[in-house]
Amino acid sequence: MDDIWEILPGLGDKLAAHVVLSASAIGLAMLIALPMAVWAGRSQIVSRLALSLASLVQTIPALALLALFFPLLLSLRTVFGEGLPTLGFLPALMALTLYALLPILRNAVTAQANLDEGVLEAADGVGMTKWQKLVLVEAPLSAPFIMAGIRTASVWTIGAATLATTIGQPSLGDPIFAGLQTQNWALVLAGCLASAGLALAADNLLWVIEVGLAKRSRWMTFGGIAVVALGILAALWAQSTGSDERRIIIASKQFSEQYILAQLIGARLEEAGYAVEYRDGLGSAVVHSAVASSSIDISVDYTGTIWTNYLNRSDNPGREAMYETIREWEWRQNGVKVLGRLGFENAYAFAMRGDRAKELGVTSLGDLVGKAPQLTVGGDPEFFERPEWLAVRDAYGLRFGQSRNFAPTFMYNALQSGEADVISAYTSDGRIAADKLVVLADPKGALPSYDALLMLSPRIAEDKGVIAALAPLLGAISVEAMREANLAVDREDSKKLTPKAAAAELAKKVGL
Amino acid sequence: MTMPSPLLRFDGVICRFGSVTAVGGIGAGVSCDIAAGSFVALVGASGSGKSTLLKTVNTLVQPTTGRVLFGGEDVAHLKPARLRRRVGYVFQGIGLFPHMSVAENIAIGPRLTGEKLAPQRIAELLALVELDPAFASRMPDELSGGQRQRVGVARALAGEPELLIMDEPFGALDPITRDALGRKVRELHDSLGLTTVMVTHDMAEALLLADRVLVMDKGLLAADETPRALLAGAGGAVAQGLVAVPRQQAERLAAMEADG
Repeated sequence: MDDIWEILPGLGDKLAAHVVLSASAIGLAMLIALPMAVWAGRSQIVSRLALSLASLVQTIPALALLALFFPLLLSLRTVFGEGLPTLGFLPALMALTLYALLPILRNAVTAQANLDEGVLEAADGVGMTKWQKLVLVEAPLSAPFIMAGIRTASVWTIGAATLATTIGQPSLGDPIFAGLQTQNWALVLAGCLASAGLALAADNLLWVIEVGLAKRSRWMTFGGIAVVALGILAALWAQSTGSDERRIIIASKQFSEQYILAQLIGARLEEAGYAVEYRDGLGSAVVHSAVASSSIDISVDYTGTIWTNYLNRSDNPGREAMYETIREWEWRQNGVKVLGRLGFENAYAFAMRGDRAKELGVTSLGDLVGKAPQLTVGGDPEFFERPEWLAVRDAYGLRFGQSRNFAPTFMYNALQSGEADVISAYTSDGRIAADKLVVLADPKGALPSYDALLMLSPRIAEDKGVIAALAPLLGAISVEAMREANLAVDREDSKKLTPKAAAAELAKKVGL
Repeated sequence: MTMPSPLLRFDGVICRFGSVTAVGGIGAGVSCDIAAGSFVALVGASGSGKSTLLKTVNTLVQPTTGRVLFGGEDVAHLKPARLRRRVGYVFQGIGLFPHMSVAENIAIGPRLTGEKLAPQRIAELLALVELDPAFASRMPDELSGGQRQRVGVARALAGEPELLIMDEPFGALDPITRDALGRKVRELHDSLGLTTVMVTHDMAEALLLADRVLVMDKGLLAADETPRALLAGAGGAVAQGLVAVPRQQAERLAAMEADG
């Protein structure tokens, strides 16, 4: 784990982005919550309404809240035009701001409600106007409690900001998500350490301000504020030194293959003289719309995914027909250019441990029918909501005893440890061969094909240079080569590679 | 004999809060004049409406109907900040601002109208309520209850008010402090030429400090007498009921003394 100390210094730009995002969210939340608290102090109805709404927001998981802003902003484009960003800073800021509202609002409202009646009567008695009362009495007396709320909000926000990675906003979540997907624990720990350290530092600094306010020590109050301001300014400065010329943004979803292919694509474009940027670990649903809206320029998607999720088809016309239909549909519907197929398929398939399959006498999905009620099926977090699963379930009439969700990389561990009997595996996954798994046949053809497609956003659809740089990838990657690269990233022994190194190996292997 | 023109006049004041009538009953409301220079005690049981009536003077409460005239002007037409500077207000809750020093508390009224009190003036005001000038820099939580209310009185006097209104000003103080501060306020009333209206539920305090005692019952004025007249039996049943309490206490104490 000595690697952590080598990784940490490289996280500077992620840290800066994290600080700027968190500070902006807290600042915006204060701008909204504090006037609202003043209003709530004068109206029971507003108080109830504001607090219930803020509490309601808290019940939405942070990950979902972040993801929800993508479709929301996308629909708002009809009002604000195509320039409205749908990924990255804006949706992250909005979601985190909503999240930070509750502690600030609640503490501010409570502080106001608990102000001494006598003091408020005296304020009226000496002839203060409502504004003077607010500024001279209510605000200074509530300040320490409000500050406590801001502290809570800051710690929450800094923690939740790591999830901004999933909607394409760089943050300290980047190393955490990348590490989780590729089982690089040093990377995960480095990300966690950095964000926990940031949260602790913010908590302590704000505590100094809070105590300064409570004890009326100007030295502590303004000293604390000055250090916080310096930290934010430093982060802003660090961010602004990066160039702001638009780079080509390459997306990856949350599994190893996607990280490797993103690196492979990025390396080729860099060789051709393009500046590239990676948005790793995006949610699968986000990626497709992000490419269509040019928030992302390049992604690798799969025919079966697009077929079922975006064309809403459940029939299976065969591999070629499916590809041609999708290519035509993407161009006409979204302006997205399907540059071509990479050459391998990453299909959903059901896999079992070899010994277990033999023991039960199972070789195809049909064989599972009578046995499924005694078995546990494992899938990635979205699998049981996907049309592919519904198609298989209904085609064969499968009723499993239990279904459990696992992160993709953990599904294989679950299979080994017996926590799942059958998993939704991916055919390009290196661990199928490495773990000696049996892939169950699909005689009814319920699962569509999953050719890997290279997708270009409308923004670069006609870019000759990009197309020339990427054309050699088309049809070049065999499923064996992909499996080998995936295994190199997923394995946990000394031969483990980073996605970048695995991409380089893969490039060599396929002769690029 | 010519009466001095009233500094304060209640003219048919009725205060209702929803369906509850706090002041004014179902009749024509409360009307009465208070002459400049007088020390008036407003006495009554809890819920008799005395505090509500008092608060109509500095518009902390607005009458539902009727008017309150201060120096001949309807208080509803005066700017609250200006009005409240001319009307010093002392109340049971004291309400010193805990985040301000004693000096800042005393100077707050003038500060609101853009005037800064000189340190000598603060010291003078502290001296009036028999506090050492060194108290100026202390914070309220360093003071005893009695000291705090002395600062409260000094704050009420800082704007050189014409009228001092007090709502149970000594209610939360121990008997010795209460007695001393009561005398001090009466002394200030005389030496500064103030007009004072004090709400209290303690008839003994009213009889000993005031020139004139108004007794309130169920939102209406039940009696308007001098202390001597009340002791002589005037004012009716409600007033005499209130006078009977301290009188009987005094008689029982005297009897105990006589028994030796």
